[in-house]
Amino acid sequence: MGDVYIVGIDMVKFSKTAGVGPEVLGAEAALNALEEAQVTIRDIDTLYAGSVFSMNIAQRVQKQLGQTGIPTASVSNACATGATAFREAMFSVKAGAAKIALAVGCEVMPRGLLGGAGDSEGITTEGLMGSATMPAVFGEAGQEHAAKYGTTFAQFAKVSVKNHHHSTMNPKSIYQKETPLEEVMQSEMIAYPITKLMCSVNVDGAAAAVVMGEEEVKRRGLMDRAVRVRASALATDPFQTRNPMMHDVNSVTQLAAKWAYEQSGLGPEDLDLVELHDCFATAELLHYENLGLCGPGEAGRMIDDGETALGGRIPVNVSGGLLSKGHPIAATGLANLYELSCHLRGTAGARQVSGARIGLAHVVGLGTVSAVHILEKAN
Amino acid sequence: MSETVERPRPAMPFIKYNERGDPFVEGRRCSVCKAVMTANPLACPSCGARDSLAPFAASDKGVLHSYSIVFRSFPGVQTPFISAIVDLEDGVTLKGVLRGVEPKPEAIKFGQPVKVVFDDALGRKDREGRSYISYFFEPA
Repeated sequence: MGDVYIVGIDMVKFSKTAGVGPEVLGAEAALNALEEAQVTIRDIDTLYAGSVFSMNIAQRVQKQLGQTGIPTASVSNACATGATAFREAMFSVKAGAAKIALAVGCEVMPRGLLGGAGDSEGITTEGLMGSATMPAVFGEAGQEHAAKYGTTFAQFAKVSVKNHHHSTMNPKSIYQKETPLEEVMQSEMIAYPITKLMCSVNVDGAAAAVVMGEEEVKRRGLMDRAVRVRASALATDPFQTRNPMMHDVNSVTQLAAKWAYEQSGLGPEDLDLVELHDCFATAELLHYENLGLCGPGEAGRMIDDGETALGGRIPVNVSGGLLSKGHPIAATGLANLYELSCHLRGTAGARQVSGARIGLAHVVGLGTVSAVHILEKAN
Repeated sequence: MSETVERPRPAMPFIKYNERGDPFVEGRRCSVCKAVMTANPLACPSCGARDSLAPFAASDKGVLHSYSIVFRSFPGVQTPFISAIVDLEDGVTLKGVLRGVEPKPEAIKFGQPVKVVFDDALGRKDREGRSYISYFFEPA
């Protein structure tokens, strides 16, 4: 079976909505993706739609698009939901069960601080068994790196400076504002070393992709806009004694990345750009090493030297990342594929990574699961 | 009729009382692969063996592996506090609050030795008004 291609992909501009259902956001992205792929819902053989906070999202999205009786299923896989929905759509095509498949990720987020289950045996455990809030979990993850390599608060904060700067060139990002280093470090401390400006934005949004096999792409004359899927990998966290007292986003990312590099026959040196899971600024530095963009302990130097800024050796999160573009959980895994596709097609505008041919998209959700995709320019 | 005061309930299922009535952390060790944990799943999460997770009393000494100083939390939770990851001498890892240390990075040292102590769970009570007991970390 030949390669699978993305032929239509879109994300809605992320924003804080009021009273809009996630299925409406998902359908908006889906309709744009369908149009770009020059198909309608009547051409779609299967639909996978994901949402972490809403139930039955696939059938709800379907009712916004057209009830054609096709198989649909809802996907829930923490922050890897969008990427998993994409992967399922891709597998349907690879298996020959679908000629054309649609994947959607959409989310209307609950407001406020996100945290793990805080109740046990009748009392809340927040502030008792440490903190299960996301900023604290990623604060601890960052501090583990600091303990091992001396990474500083300022180095973590530089990630926000870079990604906020990138987002000023992304019209679909919710925030498009420069934030100098002092402003990032002096914004409200949430869980040291994570300040408010080092947290991903709680925002609503959606993204969708239409996928086809090589034969269908050629038959329809769509190779001009097609993006080839070189690898799709999904991994969960191997057992470790510290886990899940201390969630580990490292080993699972390393595993998904290893499989993606093996599948594609490519290595980190072949990548032109990376969209990785900067749910908090600390996470981005960990993932430089986890994805093999640099060696162990070198992430601090990478951010200091500007290697991961637009124009640098390996641009990371030129979309603005989750930190400024936003993180509607189920949309993110498809939104980063959208970003890569823009660059591979040469339509990324002011933030275009020049000559981009190969990109890597990464997500990781606590529990813990990570997806890595590698996309390649097809034409 | 004599009045008996019910002892505080453990805040987590792996906190137990021994025969002397003292609280302790109960770890589990797989008899097949020797993995240690505080959870008690149906099969060993490391090797998949069934009925192999034997309970043991965890050590009350360890070192600070990592932490975050929490300033913003859910309503009713007092801040700041230090959320700490501690590696005990016998390999068990616990997450809890480090107390008796100023909540500033300069006052906290990675790898510093800590002891596990038990105390009332911050005065929290459940809907029935019952008290709870939990562990805390203190500098050793």
